[in-house]
Amino acid sequence: MFIWFHKLVSPPYFYKFAGRLSPWLAWLSLLVILAGLYAGLWLAPPDYQQGDGFRIMYVHVPSAWMSLFVYTVMAMAAAIGLIWRMKLAHAVSAAAAPLGASFTFLALVTGSLWGKPMWGTYWVWDARLTSELILLFLYLGYMVLNRAFDDRRTGDRASAILALVGIVNIPIIHYSVKWWNTLHQGPTVFFGPRADIPPSMYIPLFIMVAGFMLYFAAFILKRLQVEILQRERNTAWVRELVEKS
Amino acid sequence: MKPAALIQRDLLLAYRRRSELATPLIFFVMVTGLFPLALSPEPALLRTLAPGVVWVAALLAGLIGQESLFKSDYEDGSLEQLLLSPAPLEFVVLLRVFTHWLVTGLPLVILSPLMGLLLNYPAAAMWTLIMSLLLGTPILSFLGAVGAALTVGLRRSGMLLPVLILPLTVPVLIFGASTAARAASSEPTAAPLYFLGAMLVLAVTFAPYAIAGGLRVSLES
Repeated sequence: MFIWFHKLVSPPYFYKFAGRLSPWLAWLSLLVILAGLYAGLWLAPPDYQQGDGFRIMYVHVPSAWMSLFVYTVMAMAAAIGLIWRMKLAHAVSAAAAPLGASFTFLALVTGSLWGKPMWGTYWVWDARLTSELILLFLYLGYMVLNRAFDDRRTGDRASAILALVGIVNIPIIHYSVKWWNTLHQGPTVFFGPRADIPPSMYIPLFIMVAGFMLYFAAFILKRLQVEILQRERNTAWVRELVEKS
Repeated sequence: MKPAALIQRDLLLAYRRRSELATPLIFFVMVTGLFPLALSPEPALLRTLAPGVVWVAALLAGLIGQESLFKSDYEDGSLEQLLLSPAPLEFVVLLRVFTHWLVTGLPLVILSPLMGLLLNYPAAAMWTLIMSLLLGTPILSFLGAVGAALTVGLRRSGMLLPVLILPLTVPVLIFGASTAARAASSEPTAAPLYFLGAMLVLAVTFAPYAIAGGLRVSLES
């Protein structure tokens, strides 16, 4: 088991492993997302209050969850990279950041598109919107710092520290803006069935979350391949790989 | 190295560079002065804006001062000596941030009643404004020091530091400004003040590790 793990985290082996796994995950995520969209946009009944407008939640809620999930992945990989000096862990953080930032951006955009008909405005300084916006800034800060150094390794370790400081701060930021101002509705979907939401409404949501997860897995592997090639560009195996193709 | 010697050295260095220390203060006064010009000189409006304006100006002025925290020591190599010294780097860094706050943060706090006065902030609430800044600016110093440690090796860190640190300062700004705003309308201010205190304890406890880690990364390259 450990031997397998050691083999897996060696860059050349992981490059091939990611290359083989990524397309499968990508096609699977496309299928799951299409299924989730069909279930969410056609099969789910309209909301008694919001009509068809609520259907944007099938994109909005998964991307908001993913924005937090990806940050956690990023910070955990950063911690692993700092503690065990694992090269691949830093590459995971660096590859995750742009994906996380895109999910955050998507959550903000879909949220404000939904907010216009429902709240009558694109943007309010509500707690959840504000903390999501700050999360976007945290992602951007991480990405800027990661690329600011001439030496990638320094940038990796400096931005890893920033990611860890960020993850300690996220709960504090979240609760401070929550007490400061709240308009956003509370979380509706919680794990386990609820009487007032029919399964045809919440099951598509979980399908969409699964699809987004698969999408993330497929594309972080793809981005990792690129990161590995960039980081290992002076090694023999990369040269071999390039010359072969 | 003895703690007292470290503090003394930093204070002496700060004294020799008096004019550099004045820059954030002047910035603080000028930014505060811009708000009445841009919004309206009407006293009633200024009164409601005062807590937020003073806090935002203090936050920005504090961050500007942070860039110099490790810069000169990095350039003349004394930072490496501190790293090599047998004293734990976390402790050295804690003292450094404290001394730096004494010469940059504390003057801001002392100057703040004057800014409050300019913005028609009620005199009766002035002590609470000072208290909120007294608890809040050290947190900003610790957060800013994390950014300063991470960017000290970069040639152009001027704009980068605020970009990295400003999102992290949001809770301090919220609780600090709300303390001052509540005091102005004579509401109880204990709760936000306690939160500021709790965040200060958190910052003093954990930030030195992040700052020391950042310095080690910056010096290794």
